[in-house]
Amino acid sequence: MTRHISLKSAITEALDQEMARDPKLLIFGQDTAGGVDAGGETDTWGGVLGVTRGLYTRHGDRVIDAPPTEMAYVGAAVGAALSGFPVVAEVPFIDFMGVCFDQLLSQAAKMRYMFGGTAEIPLVVRTMVGAGINGAAQHSQMLTAMFTHIPGLKVVCPSTPHDAKGLMIEAIRDRGPVIFCEPKYLYETTGPVAEAPYAIPFGQAHLAREGRDVSIVTYGPMVPRALEAATRLAETGIETEVIDLRTLSPLDIATVLKSVQKTGRLVAADEAHPRCNMATDIVARVTGQCFTSLKSAPQMVSAPHTPVPFSPVLEKAYIPGAEQIMAAVTRTMS
Amino acid sequence: MNHTGKTDISHDTLLSAYRRMKTIRAFENRLHEDFKAGIVPGFTHLYAGQEAVAVGICSHLTDQDQIASTHRGHGHCIAKGVDVMAMMKEIHGRQGGICKGKGGSMHIADLSKGMLGANGILGAGAPLACGAALADKLEGKGHVAVVFGGDGGVNEGAVLESMNLASVWKLPLMFVVENNGYAQSTPQHRTTSVSSYEDRARGFGMPAVTVDGLDFFAVYRAAGELIARMRAGGGPVLLECRTVRFYGHFEGDTQRYRPAGDVKNAWEERDCLRRFARTSGLSPAELEAVDRDVEQLVDASVQEALKAPHPALNELHDGVYVSY
Ligand SMILES: Cc1ncc(C[n+]2csc(CCOP(=O)(O)OP(=O)(O)O)c2C)c(N)n1
Ligand SMILES: [Mg+2]
Repeated sequence: MTRHISLKSAITEALDQEMARDPKLLIFGQDTAGGVDAGGETDTWGGVLGVTRGLYTRHGDRVIDAPPTEMAYVGAAVGAALSGFPVVAEVPFIDFMGVCFDQLLSQAAKMRYMFGGTAEIPLVVRTMVGAGINGAAQHSQMLTAMFTHIPGLKVVCPSTPHDAKGLMIEAIRDRGPVIFCEPKYLYETTGPVAEAPYAIPFGQAHLAREGRDVSIVTYGPMVPRALEAATRLAETGIETEVIDLRTLSPLDIATVLKSVQKTGRLVAADEAHPRCNMATDIVARVTGQCFTSLKSAPQMVSAPHTPVPFSPVLEKAYIPGAEQIMAAVTRTMS
Repeated sequence: MNHTGKTDISHDTLLSAYRRMKTIRAFENRLHEDFKAGIVPGFTHLYAGQEAVAVGICSHLTDQDQIASTHRGHGHCIAKGVDVMAMMKEIHGRQGGICKGKGGSMHIADLSKGMLGANGILGAGAPLACGAALADKLEGKGHVAVVFGGDGGVNEGAVLESMNLASVWKLPLMFVVENNGYAQSTPQHRTTSVSSYEDRARGFGMPAVTVDGLDFFAVYRAAGELIARMRAGGGPVLLECRTVRFYGHFEGDTQRYRPAGDVKNAWEERDCLRRFARTSGLSPAELEAVDRDVEQLVDASVQEALKAPHPALNELHDGVYVSY
């Protein structure tokens, strides 16, 4: 059966179904079980925005509240995964990754390679990314590209409830460490999601819209903005194709190349800062691999090279939106 | 340590302490209302209930002494003398905000007042405060640093490493643990391996004191002794203040995880301000005069903030060394 549910609920459902499937799966995080032993009601929080609410009630002590000590519990998740207990660990905001970065960067990501391919680390680190909720400089960053840079990590960032569920299930079943980036700005957006569990393989981009003139390649919170731009451009006679990468590592470059070979024009968009992000990566790969298909210079859309400002007016100006994508598309057409 | 009596505290000190505590309370109560009304953007963590801690400690500090604060930073700012009008504008993200509207509630800083910033990252203030304390030590003028942390946040590795560093380097740094019983919805005993943070300090070779954080006089005296010790070159110390959080973790938190009646009991029975008013020896007329001033100040700050223009769009790019 398919229902319309929010992206946030789709993640909860994926976690719930996988907890039921795998009796060894553990969930760690701050307030994931929300208020256990606090004297009042239990399971009132479920992480800071409530994604794991209800899981403690259904799965009991496999949903474990950790102190706010990311280095210890994320590292413990790596170690438990290495020792045969798959873990989904939550680092509430990707901005807090600095606190536990070593355990991911130099430990989880490297072990399989360093140990001659013997290690399996069935670990998912769930974390919220992106601006748009007035979270200011330390609760709003889009650090996806930083993790994509690191060999040994897979990086996922869904844009729809359907993809969020299928990619989360795939991430949990994957035998290596996955950084699962949740665009909090899209938590409440709803869409059709099948109730039965399903997995979406990594490395398969989604063609979110077909078009003949320009390829817009993006992911996560930028997808709805790209689709809005596409709708508005269509009114002016410009037909754009929108490709949702869904996973940044592995990267489905084949789908991107095929699209650019058809349209001959590329706009790559990322909410991250403009240097060394997914947009620069896509443009570099496309120009390297299908230069002769290009009819115009590829264009990039991203946030400015500044921290995320608090002022709602400045934050709005900071976040790249449909307008910037439309302007970039127009540049490729002129 | 047991502290009773108050005859050693001057009338001026008492009045100004009351003014600061009351300003914090009125500021936070107003934000609570305005957040409910939907006019305050962002995440707001209110300090109401804990006023005696910030003010009891900061009453001993000058602008040259530096503090590092937390996500729950408004109280520390006001206690350290940061301008209330500019704070309110900051929380509304407006021009004239103490950080030009770019920081918001969780990043209020005023370096001219020795306020190194509220912080959105738990534990992050402790290493910074070590650096500030090192600067104080090298300058040799007797200035000190204070870092605030909550019962949950002080378990971060950054804090534990800083305790060790401060001890090894013998820094004039006070670690304040504001133990309000909760880290978000998680009770203290589920985040911390010991019930008293004095035990932590002992492990790092630091003297420590625990006080009733609802008793301004207890906080004031203990902090006074510890700060004097630091100014004289005694090295780092820890002060745990047992206190209470009046509002939710952040605005919007329903607090259903707290025992039934706990919040009501806090407001009615565990109010540090009412306790101060009862025991300070200040006259009702003196207290009421302060209350009136403070209400007017907070009211004016909101009116000014809502009137203030939003930052100009070109400010987006200011303040980074390299921008594109
Ligand atoms: C590194 C980091 N981890 C987690 C958080 C999310 N967080 C913000 S406040 C908080 C609880 C802090 O509790 P405590 O230290 O007791 O301070 P209180 O809120 O009670 O003042 C948490 C987990 C954060 N801001 N930074
Ligand atoms: Mg606390």
